[in-house]
Amino acid sequence: MSQRYEIRFSGAGGQGLILAGVIMAEAASIYDGKQAVQSQSYGPEARGGASKSEVIVSDSMIDYPKATVVDALLALTQEACDKYSHDLKEGGILLIDSDLVTKQPKGNFKVVSFPIINTAKNEVGREIVANIVALGAIVALTGVVTRESAEKAVLARVPEAFVELNKKAFQLGYEKAAAAM
Amino acid sequence: MAFDYDKYIRPGKLPHIWCPGCGHGIVMKGLIRAIDTLGLEKNNTAIVSGIGCASRLPGYLDFCTLHTAHGRAAAFATGVKMARPEMNVICVGGDGDGTAIGGNHFIHACRRNINMTYIVMNNNIYGMTGGQFSPCTPTGAKASTTPYGNPDPAFDVAKLAIGAGATFVARGTAYHATQIDKLIVEAVQHKGFSVVEILDDCPTTYGRRNKFKSVIEMMNRLKDIAVPVKAAEKMTPEQLQGKIITGVLFKEERPEYTAEYAKVIERAKGGK
Amino acid sequence: MAKKVAFLQGNEAAAQGALYAGCKFFAGYPITPSTEVAEVLSAELPKIGGKFIQMEDEIAAMAAVIGGSLAGSKALTATSGPGLSLKQELIGYACIAETPVVIVNVMRGGPSTGMPTGPSQSDVMSAKWGTHGDHPAICLVPASVQELFEETVRAFNLAEKYRTPVMVMPDEIVAHMRERIVFPEPGELEVIDRTAPSVPPEQYKPYDTKFGDVPPLAAFGSGYRFHVTGLNKMDDGFPTTKAAVVQAEEERQVRKVDANIDDIVKFEEYMLDDAEVAVVAFGSTSRSARFAVNEARKQGIKAGLFRIKTFWPFPEKQIKALSSKVKALITPEMNLGMCTVEVRRCAEGKAPVHGIFRVDGEPINPGQILDKIKEVK
Repeated sequence: MSQRYEIRFSGAGGQGLILAGVIMAEAASIYDGKQAVQSQSYGPEARGGASKSEVIVSDSMIDYPKATVVDALLALTQEACDKYSHDLKEGGILLIDSDLVTKQPKGNFKVVSFPIINTAKNEVGREIVANIVALGAIVALTGVVTRESAEKAVLARVPEAFVELNKKAFQLGYEKAAAAM
Repeated sequence: MAFDYDKYIRPGKLPHIWCPGCGHGIVMKGLIRAIDTLGLEKNNTAIVSGIGCASRLPGYLDFCTLHTAHGRAAAFATGVKMARPEMNVICVGGDGDGTAIGGNHFIHACRRNINMTYIVMNNNIYGMTGGQFSPCTPTGAKASTTPYGNPDPAFDVAKLAIGAGATFVARGTAYHATQIDKLIVEAVQHKGFSVVEILDDCPTTYGRRNKFKSVIEMMNRLKDIAVPVKAAEKMTPEQLQGKIITGVLFKEERPEYTAEYAKVIERAKGGK
Repeated sequence: MAKKVAFLQGNEAAAQGALYAGCKFFAGYPITPSTEVAEVLSAELPKIGGKFIQMEDEIAAMAAVIGGSLAGSKALTATSGPGLSLKQELIGYACIAETPVVIVNVMRGGPSTGMPTGPSQSDVMSAKWGTHGDHPAICLVPASVQELFEETVRAFNLAEKYRTPVMVMPDEIVAHMRERIVFPEPGELEVIDRTAPSVPPEQYKPYDTKFGDVPPLAAFGSGYRFHVTGLNKMDDGFPTTKAAVVQAEEERQVRKVDANIDDIVKFEEYMLDDAEVAVVAFGSTSRSARFAVNEARKQGIKAGLFRIKTFWPFPEKQIKALSSKVKALITPEMNLGMCTVEVRRCAEGKAPVHGIFRVDGEPINPGQILDKIKEVK
């Protein structure tokens, strides 16, 4: 990957997508030695409704810091999927929660779906780590950052008491996405 | 031996700008005597003011003096005090400066209970700009902007300060000159935000318009309406009609802001 | 030892830059999109014995930082458009009283409440003309998180060096995006402190031009007593209306900046050597411009970028030279033509200046700039 790669994490405010984006960008820029920029929606939008966190990763200097054409899109809600899939590029990756996004946008994308939130709730044990399940899946699907770096970045961000929980969430997300590819 | 005011006055800065009959000079002398009694060190004392006749006071005194913008004395002073909590900080200013344009800063300084003294020289008028009504102009009074009499109700500065959380509030008048320094001494000694309201007069822009025949008449009015706290306690509301109560009106102990912030520093350094 | 690296938001980097520069006092009032500067400093300043205070309003915050600075602390406030409007009178006070302070103003949409979370670059004229009267203006417009850190350090240096308020004005995009930042080691970036008086207290005058256009500044409480006022003043700090003194003092205040433009003005030239079309841009818009210039080059168009890092004083000399070298200038900006007016003034008709203006809360994207490059080449 020599050019910029754009990832958008979207869903509802409060689902931890900003953090997921930040961790992805940290994995790239601190642990993988690449360049990364993260930006997000602010204001009322970030506290409910559809919200997004965008990450651009590149081997070289990133000039324009916002998304141009999105290479990979995560959508955890139908509203986010409807609102933020318009600039997903042809041949790009669309990761959706199979329980919550039932209407897929039309287009030539690689669609991967599995019950992300339910995986967090039932298999990891806490719905709150759905963002990390999704992050694991995005890491597996995009290959923009290494699995090791992403795991390091996750663990650097979570309090001691939640390390195992997040490790498990990341692993399950990674494996389910890899299997669904 | 007569009291040596010159010790505290900057050489060459007098005469002051105040008109004959203005009470601000009486307050300044009271402040000087108070500072002398307290033994405040010149280098370690900041006198801060806003804009207006009363706010010219700091320029005459030989301390660290800061003549700020209209209404902003308490806010500038808060910055000085935060940066150097060991300094004595005294704000001086008029009623319009402190309670209209600077009202927000005044009440929040009261609320924080930051250790400084604010002296309000209340002459019921904007003097420097030529006699427009202030929030302390009595209802019905004439000012250059109330040619038909003032429709606004007036602030009670002391009550405002007490309501906002000042922990020491006193009131005096320019007539009761020897009481002024005593009130200021007690105010400065108090740990917290202290307010001293001194009623004085502006013969030039207020007296003239409100049918006072002379400065003496205005001074006598201050004498007549002032009732000391002790005496007021024994009087009925009817008897107190038209009077103002003087002396220390309110005093309480409450955590002081810079001391509380010192605890914040301790907690931050301790990582808690 | 490897340098400390972090992935930081722009506003966080501004706060860290302030700490690097030796900031010991912050007074502010919450306002989007600058609040993170206050949040970080509320946590970090007390750790080093510094002071943070949230004031009752924007005006009070500006007043408090001037007071704090006069008492000897390097002082910062942070705000955004509406807050900048409220601070204007006291910014003028800091100019005439010659008090070093730094103001981080994150640019959001306006006028009035406008679009609080939308990016904008429409405060650049307020930075220059906002306060009444003639006064010096220094305004830095960083374009990345790293640069926001470094320019905040530089803002403190300029404020201290020239005894004047300095503004750092990232647009909302630069202030809110996150990027990797490499922390400079202590001593790696220059840190300038105000010049302390060399004379004993009894000889000290706060505006004594015997020491040059920027007289030494003592601190309240340090053994020096002096008077500070917002009135036109004499060398001893006391008010005057003497015509000759007022004229000379006002001219000196402005000259502190005007005579040091080469020290203050920073810019970056990218692919301009053989450029036929030059894009003049700043802040996050300059990043779109760089993207567009790279694309144009790929298509064989000789495009280049002049990136403004110091908006005030404006890089007049450089724009003038540039305009006689290129066929056309393009000025993309998130306002309705504020930088364009300046560029046009400097170009003196030697090259046409084509603005691209956007005030809809969306960034100017590279495609818009590329289209314009193709149109005017």
